[in-house]
Amino acid sequence: MENDKLVIGGKEFDSRFILGSGKYSMKLIDAAVKDAGAEIITLAVRRTNTKDEENILDYIPKNVTLLPNTSGARDAKEAVRIARLARELGCGDFVKIEIMRDSKYLLPDNYETIKATEILAKEGFVVLPYMYPDLNVARELVNVGAAAVMPLASPIGSNKGLATKEFIQILIDEIDLPIIVDAGIGAPSQACEAMEMGAAAIMANTALATAGDLTLMASAFKDAINAGRKAYLAGLGRVLTRGAAASDPLTGFLH
Amino acid sequence: MENNFLIDSDELPESALAKKHRLETDPSSRTDHMKYLPGMDVIESDVCQKVMSEMKSYDYTKYTASDVRRALAKDKCDIEDFKALLSPAAEPYLEQMAAKAKLETSRHFGNTVYLFTPLYIANYCENYCVYCGFNCYNKINRLKLTMEQIEHEMKVIADSGMEEILILTGESPTKSDVKYIGEACKIARKYFRMVGIEIYPVNVDDYKYLHECGVDYVTVFQETYDTDKYETLHLMGNKRVWPYRFDAQERALMGGMRGVAFSALLGLSDFRKDALASALHVYYLQRKYPYAEMSLSCPRLRPIINNDTINPLDVGEKQLCQILCAYRIFLPFVGITVSSRETAEFRNGIVKIAATKVSAGVSTGIGDHEEKYTGIESEDDCGDEQFEISDGRSLKKMYSDISEEGLQPVFNDYIFVS
Repeated sequence: MENDKLVIGGKEFDSRFILGSGKYSMKLIDAAVKDAGAEIITLAVRRTNTKDEENILDYIPKNVTLLPNTSGARDAKEAVRIARLARELGCGDFVKIEIMRDSKYLLPDNYETIKATEILAKEGFVVLPYMYPDLNVARELVNVGAAAVMPLASPIGSNKGLATKEFIQILIDEIDLPIIVDAGIGAPSQACEAMEMGAAAIMANTALATAGDLTLMASAFKDAINAGRKAYLAGLGRVLTRGAAASDPLTGFLH
Repeated sequence: MENNFLIDSDELPESALAKKHRLETDPSSRTDHMKYLPGMDVIESDVCQKVMSEMKSYDYTKYTASDVRRALAKDKCDIEDFKALLSPAAEPYLEQMAAKAKLETSRHFGNTVYLFTPLYIANYCENYCVYCGFNCYNKINRLKLTMEQIEHEMKVIADSGMEEILILTGESPTKSDVKYIGEACKIARKYFRMVGIEIYPVNVDDYKYLHECGVDYVTVFQETYDTDKYETLHLMGNKRVWPYRFDAQERALMGGMRGVAFSALLGLSDFRKDALASALHVYYLQRKYPYAEMSLSCPRLRPIINNDTINPLDVGEKQLCQILCAYRIFLPFVGITVSSRETAEFRNGIVKIAATKVSAGVSTGIGDHEEKYTGIESEDDCGDEQFEISDGRSLKKMYSDISEEGLQPVFNDYIFVS
């Protein structure tokens, strides 16, 4: 457990909680870092430049890795532009691709996401694409140079939990990159379940932002994610099922 | 107990006999089995390293009954579970393994069993593999069919109703070159819906050419994944180069083949380690080529002409059944072929548990199908067999036996699109 690191783009992290960017406040960042233990914080590039008003960048501790995202992008071209801008702003090489061509459900566009990932990976970015959990798309993201794959658990901001559980499990089983469950995780129990399944990390925002007590919920997420990770590493125990007795033995023909 | 593979023929010239003995007794007279020969494709791949590191660290004595019970209780079998299922600790759980395997088989394949037949077109061989009937020092009738003879054989087989054929040769790139095999495959396309080959490993371009000739499935048996043991069994010829053989399936996929088949020859080395490596070879290659079809075979050592004592040693039917159940539970989606090396009774039993493909109307000799199928004696010579078979059932008999078991025999579910 001590040597159990999350490795993304060659960089090691102890924490497996990543703060999303949807509903932000300085209090939320503070709780995420102090109480949830976040070492990576997502940052919507479109929100960084707030002219004379307070800039979110000033509130993020220096030892935290910034994960600028491309929210607001409607296609690969726009996402690439936003990512390059983030690098220019000094946000580092990490980038989370978020491309939405749908303003109602905010579902990611997998096709455009593959295109943007390919371009940015070639430019040396550590690319974390947010995607709808589809095995073929995930494989293509691996092929074009993604550093992790971030499938959604349920619609973003919905707090509905692991609606895509079966499909996320397939990605965990088949893809040799960290699978970070992103969007829809609404409670620590859901984060724990995803970690037990073998997810590498959890990204959440709304679940914390909308909690009654922000700091308490942040520490609850930290505990849940650790518990799920430990359970995954320990190997889940036997599920006792009623054994069906075969009428004729299947192996009776053996000598 | 070890098999005694080393048999001398009275008819070998003295110089050949001396060379044979030198190869057998003096390791320094043999070439480096891990070194590619000139002209062999070397491909970039990490599959071999992954398989071999798992195999080398596999200590099956460490697994306990509780590991086996845990593996059987899980929905998805991972590599650790598979290792437990292959271990001696799993032997008392064979019936439970069979029940789980049967469930997986029916989940992925329903109640279907595919049928095919092999066709050996030549038995010339330039390798000295001590356990094989075709080895170059074994005194047997050698034959290479002409294109007319091949077409005649194929007609006879096709008339029996068979739609899938597996074309085999001995390993002689000079006597049976790729062009010769390609021409045979072109004829096969006329008579069969599905054409597979089991020939010596070739380069990517050769696989591409053979695919253009109508082949879509390539079978290569690694014989054993124990490289040290391999070295002592394959004393001469291209087959001696172990890594070139290991990469054959990947080269075939790079050449455009739809599917590839794998196996160790059980009984040559530690069968549990060989079974582990065979399945992991499939597992890692499938992860790299997720669109490819994969299947596993499970041949055991058999007697050959001039050496009827060769046997699979500690791989009994129970062990074979355990391996096949473990394969099915670990890789529920792969085809499993059980050849006529096994008895009719075993094959009838195993198709109800794990196997999805069986051969029928089998001859491992050269040019003898008409006689075997119709009883009409041919005026032409026949070439001797690679090994003795155990199950000589015709296609018709196999079809009715499988049907009687409540299963559905299938001749073909495939279309060639190039």
